[in-house]
Amino acid sequence: MNAPVSSADLHDKIAEIRVKQGDTVPITEIADIVGALMTSMEGDISAAQFEVRREIGDLVAYLDSARREIAAISPAEIKHRDIPGATDELDAVVGATEMATNTILDAAEELSDLASDLTAEQQKRVGDIAARIFEASNFQDITGQRITKVVTTLRHIESKVTALARAFGEDVGTVSDAEPALQPETLAGTDDTDLLNGPQLPGAGNTQEDIDALLASFD
Amino acid sequence: MAVDKSMPILIVDDYKTMLRIIGNLLKQLGFENVDEATDGTMALGMLREKPYGLVISDWNMEPMTGYQLLQEVRLDDGLKAMPFIMITAESKTENVIAAKKAGVNNYIVKPFNAATLQKKMSAVIGEF
Repeated sequence: MNAPVSSADLHDKIAEIRVKQGDTVPITEIADIVGALMTSMEGDISAAQFEVRREIGDLVAYLDSARREIAAISPAEIKHRDIPGATDELDAVVGATEMATNTILDAAEELSDLASDLTAEQQKRVGDIAARIFEASNFQDITGQRITKVVTTLRHIESKVTALARAFGEDVGTVSDAEPALQPETLAGTDDTDLLNGPQLPGAGNTQEDIDALLASFD
Repeated sequence: MAVDKSMPILIVDDYKTMLRIIGNLLKQLGFENVDEATDGTMALGMLREKPYGLVISDWNMEPMTGYQLLQEVRLDDGLKAMPFIMITAESKTENVIAAKKAGVNNYIVKPFNAATLQKKMSAVIGEF
């Protein structure tokens, strides 16, 4: 059992921990402080103080339980294996679709080049077919952007899990966050981060007709 | 006045396949003098080096987005009158309004087809 402590001692201990840990305090330290606080209330304790002591005890037990649950989800594995594995798979999808799209475009370009040996009507037909192939190949850009959104979301989840785990004193390994892309020096100096939404789900964004009408409303 | 199809056009997109698609569609429309850039910073440098007749740009690129490129072009005394078409998957109303206020001449949402590209280009540079 801890020796009774004065409120000044408790204040000093909290200040010492704040200097050492910053705003993140491991649950074990919290338990020590609470234990010292509860011990300081030994002896002359009213019913209300007893209730406070009981509530604090329950809180410490809850926090300890949460810490064990966090540890059970293996945040280090999430950070260093699961999320990177998932993002690697998604990057592979983007790479594969890019390769396939380039092959399709190669074929369409070859067709277009061969058209010069055909009659005018045949040239037009081949040109129309090649145009349809080029248009359909838009998919690679759209899927790439959707996958980028998913990867961004996964990395956000990973950072939140890591932060939560650290708040409970879990070691998730060394963090080497990538440096954010350097923003160029610009005259405008505008950050359009809030406007970078990417492709919308079907039915959620504006169609070309909606956009044409919106632009026309400015005239 | 007839559109000069030999005018240089700059297309800007960080997806190389999209650059090929737009380049091929422009070729089918008769525009073969086409240069490519993979982000806004590269495009801005190219615009300051050569007199392009039209810029067709994506929005979502790093380190400089197409929106930031548009703003830089409109702030540059030598470039501010440059015809600028945004081709992007950004389809929210706030994006269209922001681009219009920044001075975009036309806005095409991906996926798009050759007919839409021709129609929107004609609205900006004249019928062809």
